Amino acid sequence: MSGNSESMTPRAKLAVTAGKAAAAVSRAAGRGSGSVIGGKVALKLDPELLGRLAQHLDVVLVSATNGKTTTTRLIAEALRASGPVVSNALGANMPAGITSALAGGSDSRFGVIEVDEKYLAGVARDTSPKAIALLNLSRDQLDRAAETRMLAEKWREGLAGSKAIVIANADDPLVVWAASSSPNVVWVAAGQEWKDDAWSCPACGGVMQRPGDDWFCGECGFRRPTASWALQGDYVLDPHGAAWPIHLQLPGRANKANAATSAAVAACFGVPPQVALERMYQVQAVAGRYDVVQFLNRDVRLLLAKNPAGWLETFTLIDPPPTPVILSVNARGADGTDTSWLWDVDYTRLAGHPICVIGDRKLDLAVRLEVAGLEFRVCESIDEAVQVSPPGRIELIANYTAFQDVRRRVGN
Amino acid sequence: MSDSSLRLVWVYPDLLSTYGDQGNALVVERRARQRRLQVERYDVRSDQPVPTSGDIYLIGGGEDRPQRLAAERLRRDGGLQRAVGNGAIVFSVCAGYQILGHEFINDLGEREPGLGLLDVVSTRGEGERCVGDVLADIDPQLGLPPLTGFENHQGVTHLGPSARPFARTRLGKGNGTGDGTEGAFNDTVFGTYMHGPVLARNPLIADLLLKLALDVNAMPPVDDRWYEALRNERIAAATAQPA
Ligand SMILES: [Zn+2]
Repeated sequence: MSGNSESMTPRAKLAVTAGKAAAAVSRAAGRGSGSVIGGKVALKLDPELLGRLAQHLDVVLVSATNGKTTTTRLIAEALRASGPVVSNALGANMPAGITSALAGGSDSRFGVIEVDEKYLAGVARDTSPKAIALLNLSRDQLDRAAETRMLAEKWREGLAGSKAIVIANADDPLVVWAASSSPNVVWVAAGQEWKDDAWSCPACGGVMQRPGDDWFCGECGFRRPTASWALQGDYVLDPHGAAWPIHLQLPGRANKANAATSAAVAACFGVPPQVALERMYQVQAVAGRYDVVQFLNRDVRLLLAKNPAGWLETFTLIDPPPTPVILSVNARGADGTDTSWLWDVDYTRLAGHPICVIGDRKLDLAVRLEVAGLEFRVCESIDEAVQVSPPGRIELIANYTAFQDVRRRVGN
Repeated sequence: MSDSSLRLVWVYPDLLSTYGDQGNALVVERRARQRRLQVERYDVRSDQPVPTSGDIYLIGGGEDRPQRLAAERLRRDGGLQRAVGNGAIVFSVCAGYQILGHEFINDLGEREPGLGLLDVVSTRGEGERCVGDVLADIDPQLGLPPLTGFENHQGVTHLGPSARPFARTRLGKGNGTGDGTEGAFNDTVFGTYMHGPVLARNPLIADLLLKLALDVNAMPPVDDRWYEALRNERIAAATAQPA
């Protein structure tokens, strides 16, 4: 297989080299992995670099509000059955980070790329993907992100001209509406716990009817498409009706849904579901998420939940009461500076768990839990919270920067 | 609906529930139950009639298109207007506040008629979006401690003669008119730009709504420890920010 660099223009080669140099400088200066800054330098020197880097790859894009990092890992693992894969595995999912990741994969056959929701249309235009996986769309960081329907509309416009096979979740009306502009869609019944962003029909504004797992608009006829793939309990049903068992090290229904979508993507590239699903077992913790760490002689499982839909899925996977739970919430830039989303999360689902709250916004959490009628303790630090938690493995659920704080403290 | 319960109506959560607006319903419900009141809560979707015999109606915020749809459906339904005619208490935030006025600018850039339950008219601001913490002094007539909240809106709301400003801002933009007013109210209808769970940071406003609905001057106290701690923290944080 010929590498990327052979067929690149001198300008593109220079851009990749300059980007790598910048990344090395950034790493040496202790500013993280350097992948984003490297990509920024490279893209400035050659704005079409992303497209050129993608030219020799079979590209898969993965976008969603929740689960895109994990699903990118699962798809990458599955496609490695057919050839080398380059991927932005660390979650640098905007154009600069993607460029930087692809620049490091000159001998790869597949590019499996997580894309931030806001950039999907642009990256899809630049990289001419073979497949695009769309998992879900829901409210996230309201003080700065666009509303979910606007995002769905951007997706819809962006996908209208794409030749990619779109693998989309039939159970999320916003995703279905976005994907239906594409001529070539594979629908996956992947489920969706969170429903509060799709009570209003994205097409006409009518009220959505949702009997059981079905959904349709009573006014314009927009309705759930028939899926060819489905998640059913611990199995993936393929288009022939065969059921393939899911064995993951990752917990929870949402990750089974991610595996089902990943199997459908892998099938587009000729990797059979059985092979794809077996390979997915390799994926352990993703950037620290789901890791069980030893801290102060206790087992603590680290769970990341960034928005109401994410918290809801996380509540479904934690061990039952009386397992102790620690909740940590910050409201720094990367989290969104507004904590109003806490009121969209149904914390009564934690009834029966001993609960400690920590983080910059522990008092917002305290009032939220008080109003939910739950018992809780407010602690100053992760150390104190772990020490006062009753015996048993502790489930720790944190939003983005709170999760990073905890990882640093527990040495993960 | 039975007569012995407090009837709490959350209007159109399918359209107007963007910023944790459910929080306001949860806080009112919780504080009523702590006073041993029976509470019946009705979450009314926009394809259902708005009940006319509720005691307290809560209306949340929403983006531009759902706001227009909500205004169209509320005008057609007429239930909320009849409820206010019956003396019901209404507390509205952001997009819901604008809908209660005479008109606002909709997602198509056109003037959309509201319900005329508050003597206010809303336009779209030309300047930057108002985003951030707010600290304001509530109209002394209401006997409440300072208002602390978070705003995120582009709207500008002008008050007519029969609406009073709900509060005067110390920090933040409020109505966006530059005169320091925030929100509006008349005898029974309240509106504010403080979004979503504003009652979580201002539980005594929730109590005011309960007192108005029950027509009582006082209620038994409840444990406000965590609310107080949160209020103090947020007020200190807002005050420490460079203006
Ligand atoms: Zn419709």
